[in-house]
Formats: sequence, structure tokens, C-alpha cells
Amino acid sequence: MTELKLPSIDYAALAPILIMLGAALLGVLVEAFVPRRRRHLVQLSLALAAVLAALVMVVRGAGDRLITIGGAIAIDGPALFLQGAILVLAAMSLLLIGERSVERGGAFVAQAAVTAESADDRRQAEGKNGATEVYPLTTFAIGGMLIFVAANDLLTMFIALEVFSLPLYLLCALARRRRLLSQEAAMKYFLLGAYASAFFLFGVALVYGFTAGIPGRAAGVDFATVHAAVKESPASPVLLFAGMALLAIGLLFKAAAAPFHVWTPDVYQGAPTPVTSFMAACTKVAAFGALLRVFHVAFADAAWDFTPVLGVVAVLTMLVGAVLAVTQTDIKRLLAYSSIANAGYLLVGVLAPSGAGISGTMFYLAAYGFSVLAAFAVVTLVRDADGEATHLSRWAGLGRRSPFYAGIFTFILLAFAGIPLTSGFTSKFAVFGPALEAGHAWLVVAGVLTSMVLAFPYLRVVVMMWLSEPGESTPTVTVPGGLTATALMIGVVATLVLGVVPAPLLDLATDAAAFVR
Amino acid sequence: MDEILTYAQAEPAGTVAYAEAGGLLSSVWLLVAIPLVSAAILLLLGRRADRWGHWLGVAAIGAAFVLGLSYFFQLRGLENKSVELSLWDFITVGDLRVDFGLLFDPLAAVFVLLITGVGFLIHLYAVEYMAHDEGRRRFFAYFNLFVAAMLLLVLGNNYVMLYFGWEGVGLASYLLISFWYGRPSAATAGKKAFLMNRVGDAGLAIGIFIMFATLGTTQYDEVFNGVGALAGGTVLVLGLLLLLGAAGKSGQFPLQAWLPDAMEGPTPVSALIHAATMVTAGVYLIARSNPVFSANSTLQLVVVSVGAITLLMGCLIGAAKDDIKRVLAWSTVSQIGYMFLGVGLGGAAYALAIVHLLAHGFFKANMFLGAGSVMHGMNDQVDIRRFGGLSKYMKVTWITFMMGWLAIIGMFPFSGFFSKEPIIVAAFEREGWTAWLFGGAALLGAGLTAFYMTRLFVLTFHGPKRWTEDIEHPHESPKLMTIPLILLAIGSVGAGFLLATSVPDWLTATAGLGAQEEGHEAVLSHTVITVLSLLVTVLGAGLAWMLFRNGTATAPQPAGVLVTAARRNLYTDAFNEAVFEKPGIFLTRALVFIDNRGVDGLVNGLAAAVGGGSGRLRRLQTGFVRSYATSILTGALLVVAAFLAVQAGWLA
Repeated sequence: MTELKLPSIDYAALAPILIMLGAALLGVLVEAFVPRRRRHLVQLSLALAAVLAALVMVVRGAGDRLITIGGAIAIDGPALFLQGAILVLAAMSLLLIGERSVERGGAFVAQAAVTAESADDRRQAEGKNGATEVYPLTTFAIGGMLIFVAANDLLTMFIALEVFSLPLYLLCALARRRRLLSQEAAMKYFLLGAYASAFFLFGVALVYGFTAGIPGRAAGVDFATVHAAVKESPASPVLLFAGMALLAIGLLFKAAAAPFHVWTPDVYQGAPTPVTSFMAACTKVAAFGALLRVFHVAFADAAWDFTPVLGVVAVLTMLVGAVLAVTQTDIKRLLAYSSIANAGYLLVGVLAPSGAGISGTMFYLAAYGFSVLAAFAVVTLVRDADGEATHLSRWAGLGRRSPFYAGIFTFILLAFAGIPLTSGFTSKFAVFGPALEAGHAWLVVAGVLTSMVLAFPYLRVVVMMWLSEPGESTPTVTVPGGLTATALMIGVVATLVLGVVPAPLLDLATDAAAFVR
Repeated sequence: MDEILTYAQAEPAGTVAYAEAGGLLSSVWLLVAIPLVSAAILLLLGRRADRWGHWLGVAAIGAAFVLGLSYFFQLRGLENKSVELSLWDFITVGDLRVDFGLLFDPLAAVFVLLITGVGFLIHLYAVEYMAHDEGRRRFFAYFNLFVAAMLLLVLGNNYVMLYFGWEGVGLASYLLISFWYGRPSAATAGKKAFLMNRVGDAGLAIGIFIMFATLGTTQYDEVFNGVGALAGGTVLVLGLLLLLGAAGKSGQFPLQAWLPDAMEGPTPVSALIHAATMVTAGVYLIARSNPVFSANSTLQLVVVSVGAITLLMGCLIGAAKDDIKRVLAWSTVSQIGYMFLGVGLGGAAYALAIVHLLAHGFFKANMFLGAGSVMHGMNDQVDIRRFGGLSKYMKVTWITFMMGWLAIIGMFPFSGFFSKEPIIVAAFEREGWTAWLFGGAALLGAGLTAFYMTRLFVLTFHGPKRWTEDIEHPHESPKLMTIPLILLAIGSVGAGFLLATSVPDWLTATAGLGAQEEGHEAVLSHTVITVLSLLVTVLGAGLAWMLFRNGTATAPQPAGVLVTAARRNLYTDAFNEAVFEKPGIFLTRALVFIDNRGVDGLVNGLAAAVGGGSGRLRRLQTGFVRSYATSILTGALLVVAAFLAVQAGWLA
């Protein structure tokens, strides 16, 4: 008779995750029991309070370096840093999601099941209050991301992937206007996301097969076992490499790396802009957090083998993002391609096999998140009678109409272009430096060259805003409500501060740059 | 204590060390901050600052000049003439540490004085020149931004700070070239400048990363002390990348095409950015990095060749142009070629190049502002075939322009003589046949310069009137425009002697610039070269005077092969288009095609081939998700295959 052994659980270390998931469940109850009028306020406060509480718990546990709940979750430096980043960025996204004064009723549809282009649809677009289900969905997604970056085995990672992906698919379909585009985006994202998940799962199975037969160890998909297997498994390495490739594909899909980026422009364009900003900031952090963990913890000893392949993926990603950004005519698609190119730069950091590579990537993720949130916050403000005016030609002459917001957007674009004294410069520096130390000069050269190309579409927008006469169709910038203004200001100030005095956050990332295994 | 002393003695001679900035010099950051704050005020206040904004802009630069002057005198009293001010730790990742710091040494000091001094005069001139432009406040904001960035460029104490300034001046220049965005040519020129500069910037950025990778630092002193330990190949690559950056910013071969087009911007911009300061940033970079360039003789040869090619090219093209600003622009290209020639020669010639840079800053700004004054009086006409006889109508412009003209062609005793002639002499001091090659090129350039500048001067101010009908009585420009002209003209006359006698000594205190090389015997004696250079100058000028004193046709004339080639910029634009533009456009189109339709099209093509019938093809093209999934699948197969291939190689 073997005694049943319960895994020990460190509740304090898991608190951020538990808080988010608990708040999400509570949110579902709120939907059922709180009167409709008050739901928006209650849900928004609940979600924000949960995020803040989780953040407090992350900060309190800043020194934790442990593996808990039977080896499923690792709370270590990178996990805590990335959880913190996700929570801060998620709080900003929630502010954007909760905004209701820019557009009457908010950016979300009142009833998602309404037929697009029907009379009902037109009525709801006129200012019915948006669905409040978005808050529990977002909170679930945040919870999933927190698990994703801390998962210590491949199955937990897969479940976390689904936990944060499913709400995102739904959220994409909830735009108040351009319903067809929004639903199409959600459908595409769902189908392709499911497709990518299948790759991931198949990869898990192959890796599991590979771990069988190590002397003195049971087969398993926790990272310690995989790590040991890479060193001494007698199984055929074909299993390992095929498995590693498929795992990478599943993660690269979420990270929007070429050639798995194809969904990004359509989904970014179709989703409600606050959701787009949430995806661009938080999903990116989560996806790269997982990539860091998988490749630095589980497969670290195979670095010699995966670096060339992922390096080519990185170069391709930068190239596709930068070159295609040049021809875009829609601001959301332009930002989507820019986010693809940034995924390429982040991969350069992931591939640098050192603590500096990890800290540089984490710094980049945080810095990029702030900037991209601010950029999308401005996009939500530039609008006409039909909602957001996202076609670039409509932005011509915006600098004359609203110099302040055009100035802010210019600053953000310059940051994306990597102009010094913005976080865009320091973060590129932080990932390219370690890559060079590791001898990946070809990646850095590709990075520098593509970022030069990428600067061009950004500056084209800048010139269009400032150096064109406003036309009759130039939209005005809506005065933002307090929520959007707060999120926007946090993003802009962070972009500036991280560009001028990046040292504190870099130090924090450096201190946090060690995984536990 | 003894140990420390031994350690200090053990340092090799010629080690670069900077002292800590103290006293008045600890406020050297104000130089950058004042114009920056002024620019911010002008941009943020918007229309409210329209009435007085331009004066704020002028005052900011004036204040910076006064400060720069007092720092300069402060520096003269110091024993170690290089002081460093570290403001804060900028970036620390792993072993990399970048300091946000400033360095004030003789080289930086002369640049500060040039930028703020000439900059102040040009700002003053622009108050009047831009008086009728409703965007004047915005113009001054960009102008101040430019000065701040330029000062940061020359004051940084490491390559990353230099890169900050480098990007900043590029941005300001782009904004200022496109300032008259209503003109499509201005917008195109802005784009061209931006793209060509990006090529150079990429070189500089990669060069900086190489420093990191090999030396682990970008601080000037640490790089210069460490460069001796690097492999020859690394130094060569590093130097070539820095040279690429320098060539992009300074309009040198093969990245020269943007500079003449940049003349689409307002004339004060051309004078300040595209003549006196920004375009000399490349010379600054090479002079600052002299320990890198001196460490490899191949590198020096490349720099000298770039200088020589550019200077001849600029002369030839300049002689065939009819637009007053473009002639001046090509002459800028050509004069910077002289400076590159100087810095490439190394040793004592570094200082000569800087002297020529300073003198050029005066006389070229003088002539650009003079050209602006002519245009001001002639309804913005720029075609020199449509001028003539203006000496009677614009006395001040005429006299001041004449000073600039005599200075640039290197006539004794104007400044160009003292600055250019030593470079020609230095070129003749090289070893063997290269002395004849580069010395000859420099000498030929002097003759050609005299020819085309005289052509410009005579066609504009002398000979019969060839004005367009709408001009009856050209007027002299107002005081605010002529006073800067007069001051700059005095500089063109007097500065040469002063600069040539004092600046080289003063510059020897800058790291590396004092290192004297073993002088080679010149292949010709100094006197012979001086006489020869004066002779070719007089010959060139005389020839142009003979040909053009009676005016010229007002329409383009059929011409021989050389002139046609020169009119077309020696076909460099055609070359750029064929080699860079076309493939770039093709690549973009191909990627867009693949991204939208490629994979889909391939599969559809297969399906159509198998099943036949166009209806099926059309029906298949509506499904996008499927095509995305196909693309992902293709990518997945490739990635898996790549992993397996790596593994197969690993097994082998």
C-alpha cells in the first residue's frame, strides 16, 4: 500500500494567480446577480482591485525562488518579473477597456449575438451600454497568462495557454462597430489558434516520448526531466528535435513570429482596439515569457541546435514585419506589422544564452508593452461619426487639428523607431548587446538593418500628421475620459523614463534573470 | 601608495585620460539643455508663442554661444585640456555599461563655438528671411532642436551619446528639409535624405555594436586605449563602418546624392545644417576616432580615396549646375571631400582638416546666406542663367559674396588659402606614387573649384541682365539679413590666418590629435606647391571669367559627354535607382505578394492544374483562413525539417 502523498502548496507564492482566477469567478457571479446599471462600475472596480491585489502579492513575494504544487509552477525571478509586467500592463488595458466616455457605451457590443448589419446592430451601435462580460473574460485571460509564465511543466503550460487564449478569442468578436470584421477576426484567431495549439500538444507528446528511459527517472514533461533527458536520454533525438520544433511553433504563433504571423494583422485590425492593445502588450509578454522558460530551462543544453533555426525565424520575422509595414495603409495593421517586427527583436534576446539575454528580453517586453498600449490608446481617440478612423489617409494633418495628441503619437512612433532617449532605443540595446556577446552578430546586423527600414513607415505617419494640410475628412481627436488619459499618460511617461533612466528597471530585470529548475 | 605609483607609471605613453569636470565646466550640460528647452517651449506653447517665439530661439543660441565662449576660456587655463562630466549611468546590461556623460576638450570646444557662433548669425538672419512664413515659430523650434542635437553629438563622451546626437540631427534635418511640405520636391528630397542617412546610420550603429562585442565599452577613452589590442581585420571593419556612417552624414561618395537635393529646404537651413555644421559631423566622427583610423593604414587609404573621389566629383558636377543653391551644395560636397582627404592623411593633417572645416563653416554659410539674399530680392529665382548684373543693385550681398568666393577658391590672403593649401601640401607628403595621385587630385580640385565658383559669381553679379520679366528692380535685403552677412564675410577674410596659426596647436591637446607621425619628405617642395596651387586657382578663375563675363544662354545648351554626365550627377542617381531602388521595390512587392496570395496562389495553382476549370480556382480564392493555415503549415514543415536537418548534421 503506497500512501497517498499530497503535494505541498505554497499559497502565498500562488496568490497572484489565485486572486485573478477568483476575481474572474466572482465576476461571473456579478453578471448573474448585480443589477445591469451597476454592473459596469462593479466589474471594472473588481477587475482593477484584483489586478492591484495580485500586483501587491507579486511585489511582496519578490524574493521567492521556489517550485510548488507538485512541480507544476515555478515562482522564480523571471516569473515574478513577467507577472508584474503583465499585471501592470493589464491594469492599463483594463482602463482602456473600461472607458465609456470616448464612445457612448464603450468600445464593446451590447449583445454579442446580434446579427451584424441588422437594424438591431445599428441600434446597439448608437450607444447601448456594452457587454460587461468583457471583465471576467479579461480577468480569466490575465490569470492564464500569470500561470503561463510560471508553468514548470509542459502540460501546465498548455492548459495555461488555453485558459488565456479562449477568452481572447471571444473578446476579439466583441467590437461595437464593424461587427463583421470583428467576428471574422475572432473566427480566424480561434481556428488558427486551435491549429497552433494542436502543434504544441503534439510537441508535448513527442518530448514525453523522448524522456522515457533515462536511468533513474520516470518519464515526464516537467522541465527538470526534459532537461535531464536532453543530456542523457537514450531515445532517438528525432523525437526531441521534432518535439522541440512543434513546441516552438505553438509558442511562436502566440508571439506572432513569421511565418506564423499571418493572423496578426487581421486580428489586430478587427478586434476592439482596447483588446488589441491588451493582446499586443500582455500576450506578447506571456508568449515570450514561455519561450524564455522553455528554451532556457528545458532545452538549454540543445542551444547549439535550436539557435540557428530560431535565428532564421527571427530574421525572417524582422524582415516580414519591417518590409510589410512600409506598404500598410491602416494604422492598426501598421502597428500589427510593427509588433511582428518587434517579435523578431525579442527573439534575438531569447536566443542570447545568458542572464543578460533574459533580462534584456524582459526589459524589452515591459518597455514595448507601455509604448504599444499608449499607441493604441491614441488610436481609440482619433475618430469620426463611424467610430475610429484608422485609415492612414485620414490621419493627414492631425498635427494641425490636435497638436497635443499628434505630438504624443509622434513620440511613441519615434520610440518604436528606436530613436535615442526613448525606451525603444534602450530596449533594443538591451537585447542586441547580449546577442553580440554571445556571438550572434548576424542577428544584430539583421536587427539594426530592419529597424532602419522600419523607421520609414513610422516617420511617414509623422510627416503625414504634421506636414499635411488637414482635409475635410480629417477626424478630430476626442477628448479622452479619465481612464484612457491615465493609461495614455502612464504609457508615455514610462516610454520616456525608460529611455532616459532605464537603469532601475534594468537592474531589477538583471536581479530577476535566473530561472529555477 | 608605492604600488599605485608604479601602476600609474606602467601605463603606456599616449594613454587617453580625461579629467573630472569641475567649477564652471561642471555646468557644461547647459549647452545642450538651453536650446532643447527653448525648442520644447516653442513647440508646446503653439500659436501663443507666434509673436515672440523667434526671438526666444535666437536668444537661446546666443546664450549658448556666450556660455560656450566662457567654457572655452575656462578650458584654456587647465592643464589637462580634456574634461569629462558624467551625468548618470545610462544603460547597464550584463557587462555593458554606457555612461550618460559629456566631454569638453579642444576638439569639442571649437565645434561648440562654430555651431553656436555661426548658428547664432544664421538664426538672426532667419528671423527676417522667414518673416512672411506663417510657420516661423515651428521653424525656429526645429532649428533649436537641431542645435541641441548637434551640440550633444560633439559633446558626448562615448559613441552612444554621439549616436543620440547623430539621430537627433538627422531627424531635425528631415523635418527642416520637408518644411515646405507643399512642394512635392521638398517631400521627396526629405525622404531621400532620410533613406541615405539611414544607410550611414546603420553602419555607425553596427560599428558601435562591434565596439561592444570586442572592447566591451563605447567610452572614448577606453575604446582608444583598447583599439591597439584588436586584430587588424576587426579595426578595418570597425573603421569602414564608422566611415560609412560619416559618409552618409557628410554626403560623401557613395552616399552623396541626398545633400544637393536637401537644398529644397529654406535657405537658412541649407546654410546652417547642410553647409556649416551637420554635414561636417562625419569629419568630426573621423577626427574624434583618429586612434581607430590611425591604427590601420588600409583604412586611411580608403578614407583618403573617398575624399579625393568626392572632391573631384563635387567639382565636376558643380561646374554643370545652374541652380545657385545646388552649385553651392556640390561645392560643399567637394569641400568636405578635402576635409576627408585631410583626416585620411592622418597625423598633423587631422588638425588641418578641422581648420578647413571651421573656415568652410564661415565662408560657406556666408555664401548660402548671400544666395538667400539674392533669391529674396529676385522673387525666389534660383537659376543663375536668370541673374546677371546684380552687383549694382545688391551692394552688400555682392561684396560679402565676393569675400566668400575669394575664400573658397583659396586666394591669398583669404581664409581658404590658409586652410586648403596645407591640405594639398600634406597630400603631396604621402609615400611614393600615392603622393602624386592624391596631391594631383587635390591640386586639380583647387583649379576646378576656382572655375565653377567664378562661374557662379560672374553669372550672378556681373555681365548683362538676364532676369525674368516680372522683376524690375531687385532690392537689397533688410538689415537683419545683411548684418550676419557682413560678420560672416569678416570671418571669411580674417579667420583663415588666425585659425591656421592657433588652432592646430590648440587641438594637439585633444586625444590622439597631437600624435605626430614621422613626416615624409614631400615630393615637391612647399613653395612649389604653393605657387602651383595659386597658379591653377588663377587659371581656373580666369578661364571662367573669360567664358562667362558676357553672360550665358538662358536655356540648356547641347553639350558634350562630360558636361551631360555632370548635369546628370555623373549618373550616380541612375546607378542608385538601378542598384538599390528597383531591387528594394521588387523585394517589397514580392513579400506583399507572398503574404497576401503567394502560398494561397501556389496551392490554387496546383489545384487548378489538377482539377482544371477556372471556376474552381475562383471559388478557392475566397477562403482566407485556409490559406493562412496553409502558410502556417508550410512554415511548420520548414521549421521541423530545419530542426531535423540540424540534428542530422549533429549526428554526422
